[in-house]
Amino acid sequence: MANSWVSHFFIKFFMFTKLKSLLYNNEVRAVLFQILAVVVIAYFAYQAFDNMMLNIEQRGIRSGFGFLNNESGFAVNDSFFLEYSPASTNLQAFYVGIVNTLIVSITGIFFASIIGLVVGIARLSNNYLIKKMATAYIEIFRNIPILLQILFWYSIALNAFPSPRNSINFFDSVFLNSRGLYLPKPIMDGDFYFVIASFVIGVIGYIFIKKRSDKKHDETGIVTNTIPYFLGLVVFLPMVVYFASGAQLDYPALKGFNFKGGTDLSIEFFALAFSLSIYTATYIAEAIRSGVESVDKGQKEAAAALGLKNTRIMRLIILPQALRVAIPPIINQYLNLTKNSSLATAVGYSELVTIFSGTVLNVIGQAIEIIILTMLVYLTISLVISLILNIFNKKMQIKGG
Amino acid sequence: MNRLLKMSAVSLLTIGSFSVQAGIFHADTLKDVQAKGSLTCGVSTGTPGFSSPDASGNWSGVDVDVCRAVAAATLGDANKVKFVPLTAKERFVALSSGEIDMLSRNTTWTHTRDTSLGLTFAGVNYYDGQGFLVKKSLGVNDVSELDGATFCIQAGTTTELNLADYFRANKMNFKAVTYDTSAQTKGGFEAGRCDALTSDVSQLAGLRSTLKDPSSAVVLGNVISKEPLGPVVRKDDNKWLNIVRWSLNAMIEAEELGITSATIDNASTSPGVQRLQGKSGKLNESLGLDKDWSRNIIAQVGNYGESFERNIGMSTPIQLPRGVNQLWIKGGILYAPAFR
Repeated sequence: MANSWVSHFFIKFFMFTKLKSLLYNNEVRAVLFQILAVVVIAYFAYQAFDNMMLNIEQRGIRSGFGFLNNESGFAVNDSFFLEYSPASTNLQAFYVGIVNTLIVSITGIFFASIIGLVVGIARLSNNYLIKKMATAYIEIFRNIPILLQILFWYSIALNAFPSPRNSINFFDSVFLNSRGLYLPKPIMDGDFYFVIASFVIGVIGYIFIKKRSDKKHDETGIVTNTIPYFLGLVVFLPMVVYFASGAQLDYPALKGFNFKGGTDLSIEFFALAFSLSIYTATYIAEAIRSGVESVDKGQKEAAAALGLKNTRIMRLIILPQALRVAIPPIINQYLNLTKNSSLATAVGYSELVTIFSGTVLNVIGQAIEIIILTMLVYLTISLVISLILNIFNKKMQIKGG
Repeated sequence: MNRLLKMSAVSLLTIGSFSVQAGIFHADTLKDVQAKGSLTCGVSTGTPGFSSPDASGNWSGVDVDVCRAVAAATLGDANKVKFVPLTAKERFVALSSGEIDMLSRNTTWTHTRDTSLGLTFAGVNYYDGQGFLVKKSLGVNDVSELDGATFCIQAGTTTELNLADYFRANKMNFKAVTYDTSAQTKGGFEAGRCDALTSDVSQLAGLRSTLKDPSSAVVLGNVISKEPLGPVVRKDDNKWLNIVRWSLNAMIEAEELGITSATIDNASTSPGVQRLQGKSGKLNESLGLDKDWSRNIIAQVGNYGESFERNIGMSTPIQLPRGVNQLWIKGGILYAPAFR
């Protein structure tokens, strides 16, 4: 198609030697307009960029990305997996920001999906109370701006939990107070790798057993209960290895002003993840509801006629069909949640915007470079989420003709 | 078709003239300000005593007085100022993009800011330092006892960097919770999210007085950093830099010579006073201003001491002592270069 069209155009082009007749040719004109539009836009963009660089140079503003290798000089409250101190570089601060954004987004997406699914189904329940409660939840939390919700839950969390010295204590190993949740942390030496290895073996073993039982079910219709295998392989096996190997956990303990040792999740992280989850869950619940309602009533009646229980009808018949309709709007909500995580600046959770286009921007002052990098990160995260969910969406669609 | 060609030609020319204009760019802020008839001055979103609006929208503070002094010098009227409130994050971009003519917003003069942002500091109008506000119940008397403590700080300030520097230098550990505004920082401190709040000393006393229970917190005696605060201008306009610098110097010089807004027009035979009154000398010419420029500043805004006492002195709720912000002849470090 395209090839023949292009060659057609060139034949036309060479046939008309006179400029005027060329300009009055409809096909040529159509292409010419588009080329002209692109040239004008490209020229404008180039001029704007050139102007900007000229101004930056004239005013003696430093430009380029050299600042990424400078020492950052400031501390960050939350840091997962990555080692970070004020002696680290700005680039490391940038990475910490990305990881913190990803962690709060993934946590938010996980809980928003679960709450959304439960509430979405609850809203269609025959039980009056459950139905009305689900409706009330959706109407309240969907209609209050997310920033207000974050500030609200943060101030609740700050004032509701006790001070570090009066922490809520779970078996002397887990502590909860107005600064965060303190958990024991495994000491990563040789012994602990046995525990991790046994866990991986347990998971692989369980997947194998589950596959076999599914196959048996497909062939004979006999259902095997795999929960005992799950508990044995995934829970008890690593526990036994943990006690047998002598692997150690590092427990948090109150020393001076704060808890030392172990690992902690800040109260800002909780407030943000919680608000994002319950806010986004309302939209996901609505998407699930519209999906379920889109499934033909006959499907449910037919399943019921076969003698399936309500829960199995929902899980095996209704939801797989409902998700086809629900996934595209849910993708949107995941993207929104990720972008909304930048509201963390309001409560001081150190994610990308707070660290990088907040503190680093202030220390360095190179607004253009820093904002461009920040935007690129959000763009990349959003595109990756879209890509993954679009692949999932394709899989859920009805196959073949 | 002809119309289309004309349109594209016009748009190309328009874009082209953009770049030409950028090429012959010459900054003359004084001319712009006088043409506009008002000075656009960047200030804080509300720092009591430094720059804050009252209920009817009138701005006051020592930083505001620097703006007013420049307006008095260039336009002859200290009230011809348009104040633009800026957050710590916005201030430098607002200045370098030309949105404001000058920045007077408790901004610390640092090497990086002075050399790499295309900006220049015109002087110092308040010598500050970083201090600590601590819960009394902790029983802490000195910063060295704060090993392992959590601090509430405001984002986008030199405070963040000084805190990290101090604890690294003394090999102590700390945690920092960084908030966007000073109100949130105070909220976090009050709710017990952190053990101590750290900020410029000039702001701690004011912050403490607005706590629900001011007696529950104490300001420590330690000062861990130098924070020379002053007005900032763009680097590309030296004439304008001189005007801002010498407007501030005129206020300091006036205090040293003992002239106030009330006594500026008194007859004096002192050559120094006469130069500030605009009666002798030609200090105005090289600045490109009227002979009355320094007289207008002192008559309309007052000298440095007047501005200090009016906005942050002991008779105000802020109650800051002059401290190092005293004239050099009285044991402070305020020192205006020679007016001649």
